[in-house]
Amino acid sequence: MDLQLLTYLVVGASFALYIGIAIVARAGSTRDFYIAGGGVNPVANGMATAADWMSAASFISMAGMIAFMGYGGSVFLMGWTGGFVILALLLAPYLRKYGKFTVPEFIGDRYYSRSARGVAVLCLIICSITYVIGQMKGIGVAFSRFLEVDYDTGLLAGMCIVFFYAVLGGMKGITYTQIAQYCVLIFAYTVPAIFISLQLTGIAVPQLGLGSVLSGTDVYLLDRLDQVVSDLGFREYTTDSRGSTLNMFAFTLSLMIGTAGLPHVIVRFFTVPKVRDARTSAGWALLFIAILYTTAPAVAAMARLNLMTTVEPESGEYLSYDKRPQWFKNWEVTGLLAFEDKNQDGLIQYSADPVSNELVKVDNDILVLANPEIAKLPNWVIALVAAGGLAAALSTAAGLLLAIASAISHDLLKGILRPEISERQELLASRVSMALAVLVAGYLGFNPPGFAAGTVALAFGLAASSIFPALMLGIFSMRVSKEGAIAGMLAGIGVTLFYVFQHKGIMFIPGTSFLGDLPANWFFGIEPNAFGVVGAAINFSVAFAVSAFTKPPPDNVVEMVGSIRVPKLKTDTNSV
Amino acid sequence: MRDSNDDQMAKYWSKNLSLMLRLFLIWFVVSFGCGIVLVDWLNQFRLGGYPMGFWFAQQGSIFIFIGLVFYYAHKMSSIDHEFGVDEEAD
Repeated sequence: MDLQLLTYLVVGASFALYIGIAIVARAGSTRDFYIAGGGVNPVANGMATAADWMSAASFISMAGMIAFMGYGGSVFLMGWTGGFVILALLLAPYLRKYGKFTVPEFIGDRYYSRSARGVAVLCLIICSITYVIGQMKGIGVAFSRFLEVDYDTGLLAGMCIVFFYAVLGGMKGITYTQIAQYCVLIFAYTVPAIFISLQLTGIAVPQLGLGSVLSGTDVYLLDRLDQVVSDLGFREYTTDSRGSTLNMFAFTLSLMIGTAGLPHVIVRFFTVPKVRDARTSAGWALLFIAILYTTAPAVAAMARLNLMTTVEPESGEYLSYDKRPQWFKNWEVTGLLAFEDKNQDGLIQYSADPVSNELVKVDNDILVLANPEIAKLPNWVIALVAAGGLAAALSTAAGLLLAIASAISHDLLKGILRPEISERQELLASRVSMALAVLVAGYLGFNPPGFAAGTVALAFGLAASSIFPALMLGIFSMRVSKEGAIAGMLAGIGVTLFYVFQHKGIMFIPGTSFLGDLPANWFFGIEPNAFGVVGAAINFSVAFAVSAFTKPPPDNVVEMVGSIRVPKLKTDTNSV
Repeated sequence: MRDSNDDQMAKYWSKNLSLMLRLFLIWFVVSFGCGIVLVDWLNQFRLGGYPMGFWFAQQGSIFIFIGLVFYYAHKMSSIDHEFGVDEEAD
């Protein structure tokens, strides 16, 4: 069957499934809308969390980034999984015990202050909006490449789908679509990986294939890759570090803390019935995520090797431009892959040296998307990858939009501005704010500031420096006061934004960066994307310092902290 | 009665904290230790085709993270039970 038609069918079928689920899982109450009624099975929630968490960046960009960074790409692998250990041990069980609807609500109650709640709403919205832009862009790119519609039409189609099930079903609809989306995306990710691993090494498990010898030889795949890339003047794949050891360290820790502080992920743990479920659910989430995250390095290395051997089958023997494969032509059309025949010999010479390199553009994002084509896999696999990429982007976008909508309707409207509204009115308000959030996200998708990966990295820095410290201190310290928490959040987010803007430009507008994006100006050699950990450290210090000079929290707050630390107070049995 | 209950809760909390501390130590050693700081040294050893440090950074640390989270969930359930604060106890 024709690839185009097949892709339409597969993507269309997956969309029909999501809409079907949305119709079945409508939200009837605010409890349904915000936390899916609170009765989600921990394994199912783990799956939904995995889809919520794995975005277009994880699905489309990550393996490509690792492919071109080699060992340096490990910061994403360790950072984005290690964060779940922090989330599972330090936050999820206690926030589940707290048992209300949103992250700012907890901050408002724990710090006995509407201002603290307001500041948390602000931090949440800044960080979720930055994150959602990346997803919207991912939706547009996936549509435009696979369905050959233009970017804007693709984005509009994606928005309509999200609009439909998120507005109708709230968290309840999102949870069940996310479970379906996880299945689609993990299948779409692992099937091509298994095929490629089989082709290259004869081993079906990519995680093992990456560590074994190439079929028909006694050379290890990674050794061969190291040799091929060094021959062309690139740094050795398995040791190519990302900046200094300190930068690797800071970047990994920032991503970990940021992961644990992302409100749309945290709120997923509000949907399980018990504290114990929140703990195991985090384990399931991590397991489901790890299936993709341990496959990604194999996809990365194998795709890089395939790309290299396509353009240069034997050392010194180059591919003729006229004989370039079909996938090469397809991606040239999108502008993500570009060839410039500098020495006019009609051959493609790929090299690390920018003067003689003729493959002038190889975008990170194309590796996963083009991988099945490069490996000459059947058409249905390619169609599946399109559906998988869209599932990853849609599921994360929906989770983020819900976090934004609940912050507006539950925290801002019901919590701060109009506490007197009824539940019916609040449910309506939450639907309206969801609709508005989709429109704003869509607008930003049409006019994206910066590039997708950059904005996602910024969201992590902001979550790490503002929300995570406030939550952790709220649970583990009885002494941190409202003044301390508010000052800490503002200082953390302020310093991080300042550092990113001074190097990347104010709101990423080119030319407004006042220090320039030069490694020489980086604070201790830490790149802007890795700065969240410094912001978090500042948040913690400011919170402690200010708390030391202000009144300690009142008794009822101390009691509340005591009660969230245990699944069930012994005295609870009398009062319940 | 109230005091002894507070004592119990303090004990419960310190047990939880020390379990966490031990698990975070492992978390730190496998990722920041083996995957970043000691990576060059570990790369002299091999695990099949994987240089060992590279394996920890891109595979091993992730597997161990999963183990840590499930172990914590399992262990905390028994600590909850020991102190009579698990959600089934009524």
